[in-house]
Amino acid sequence: MEKPPIVCLQGVTKRFDDVTAVDSLSLDIYQGEFLTLLGPSGCGKTTVLRLIAGFETLTSGEISMNGSRLNGTPPNKRNVNTVFQSYALFPHMSVFENIAFGLRMKQYEAKAIQGQVMEALDIVKMTGLEMRMPHQLSGGQQQRVAMARAIVNKPQVLLLDEPLSALDYRLRQEMEIELKRVHRQLGITFVFVTHDQEEAISMSDRIAVMNEGRIEQIGTPIQIYEEPENMFVAKFVGEINVFDGSVREVNNGSAVVDIHGESFPVQNRKKFGIGSDVKVLLRPEDIQVTVDEEWTNGEPSLAGRVEEVIYKGKTVDLIVKLDDGETIFVTQFFNEDQENVIYREGQRVHITWLYGWEVVL
Amino acid sequence: MVRSRFRNFSIGSTMLWIIIFVVVPYIFVVLFSFLERDPVTTVAWRFTLAGYGEILSPVFLKVCWYSLLLALGTTVISLLVAYPFAFFLVRLPEAYRRILLLLMIIPFWTSSLIRTYALVILFKANGIINTFLLWTGVIDEPLNLLYTQTAVFVGLVYTLLPFMVLPLYTSIHKLDWRLIDAARDLGATSRHIFFRIILPLTMPGIVAGSTMVFLPALGLFYIPDFLGGARSMLIGNFIKNQFLTTGNWPVGSAASVFLTLIMCLFLYVYFLSSRKAHTGGMGDMA
Repeated sequence: MEKPPIVCLQGVTKRFDDVTAVDSLSLDIYQGEFLTLLGPSGCGKTTVLRLIAGFETLTSGEISMNGSRLNGTPPNKRNVNTVFQSYALFPHMSVFENIAFGLRMKQYEAKAIQGQVMEALDIVKMTGLEMRMPHQLSGGQQQRVAMARAIVNKPQVLLLDEPLSALDYRLRQEMEIELKRVHRQLGITFVFVTHDQEEAISMSDRIAVMNEGRIEQIGTPIQIYEEPENMFVAKFVGEINVFDGSVREVNNGSAVVDIHGESFPVQNRKKFGIGSDVKVLLRPEDIQVTVDEEWTNGEPSLAGRVEEVIYKGKTVDLIVKLDDGETIFVTQFFNEDQENVIYREGQRVHITWLYGWEVVL
Repeated sequence: MVRSRFRNFSIGSTMLWIIIFVVVPYIFVVLFSFLERDPVTTVAWRFTLAGYGEILSPVFLKVCWYSLLLALGTTVISLLVAYPFAFFLVRLPEAYRRILLLLMIIPFWTSSLIRTYALVILFKANGIINTFLLWTGVIDEPLNLLYTQTAVFVGLVYTLLPFMVLPLYTSIHKLDWRLIDAARDLGATSRHIFFRIILPLTMPGIVAGSTMVFLPALGLFYIPDFLGGARSMLIGNFIKNQFLTTGNWPVGSAASVFLTLIMCLFLYVYFLSSRKAHTGGMGDMA
């Protein structure tokens, strides 16, 4: 049984002049989930967020929250709060006053404000810095204040517009963990916008991959990564190798696909018919590489030559040029029972994968 | 080498200019304010505080008070007119904005004295406004427009308005509109947004503009002269009369020094407030 959604977008369209930023998009957001809108810049993800927040008006469609229509409601009357990309802290107010702003607007008593601001500061681990001015804080600290300023209002939904994009790599990873912790601690719904697929995968309960104002696929990070439904999702999320093939045989739930003259058994979830052209997709880490000398069995494989070996510490990346000219990207994990795996440039190798690890589109 | 010589030359010549035409005359003014009046030689080289004694008279203090009120009134009216205008200007598309700024600056190419004469022509009993109103039948006899308080205000505001608009425009232009989104997001109404976000953040512009209107308004003597007639005596007129009409240079000098002190006081307040605004964090927001 599924809970009713807390926010519901139906056929939402937003046009700016003649540019369609969001194109009849429908999306249900559930209580307590961490939903990420992932997509390249200009895909409409921020516009969706601004529509939910009320900064933009809908061209058509409907947004409802807790079952009631939100269409005409101004941002200050919506039970959502936003953490802005640039933080947008009020430069003339102290940290305390920044966080207290929302509560003051609701005309809370001074005592209640004091207590709640301190609580919010505690959640974001900024206790003791309440009298600082925003310009006296580091980027990471400003980020925390922006979080506190939003969550102190106890919104039903917290909207986060690329909040980590201005931080450096280390700080970003630290804040990812912090965001997850705050999410667990508060139990409120997070709608997070990013163009960074790593961020999306590591934090989200669900990811909606967006492109040109539409949702290409929505699902758990595992579904998005392992079972992309289309080429856009496959290519946008992580590295992927694409092989052109055609279906030679169809069996019950599986098929045989010809790729570069070799026949590979694959799963046939999409029920392709014999003769149809398909694309077989493989993640770099799902590919097995066997050096020519150890290649004994006559299983179908793609033969090629190692072009480049890139040592990454816990993995080694190979660029392999197949005999018919295609270049593919492979990631091999160091395996303890395979310590002798040392690849050299120029080595002849065979490419295979385990049945079912491929995606056929 | 050439560059630095050019720099030295330009700085040096500017300094020389200021010394000859500002510093030296002002030293004379300060000097004269402590001297005695002499009917023949204008001033006699005898030290006295009589000049200052005279300006502490009720008449002069009344003139001061009236000048301050007028300058203050001019500043307030300019602010009320310029603020919405500057706001409107910022929100306009780039092309229109440039044209409007240009239109505002063009009158500066004409001497403000001539522009004040133009206002006289507008306001006269048989001037353009009255003629038009009589012709349309709105009024039966000419309105008394010239030589009124209102005419003085119109003249001062008209002349000084750009000095208010430009600093306001600059500070409103710098305003980060995302802060307004953030405030709305946190439940602020339009009134709250204006008083708690926009107004404090544009305060440097308000203070700068007010200073740039208030201080000249204290000293501009010909506008009240032309548009207010004999009725409005301001510090500026008072000083002018002492020098040109009554020939009482020590009193005129003392009044000038007094006016300078008032202006310095206001500039000091401006300096303090702008420094506070800076440490308040408006300086270095990325």
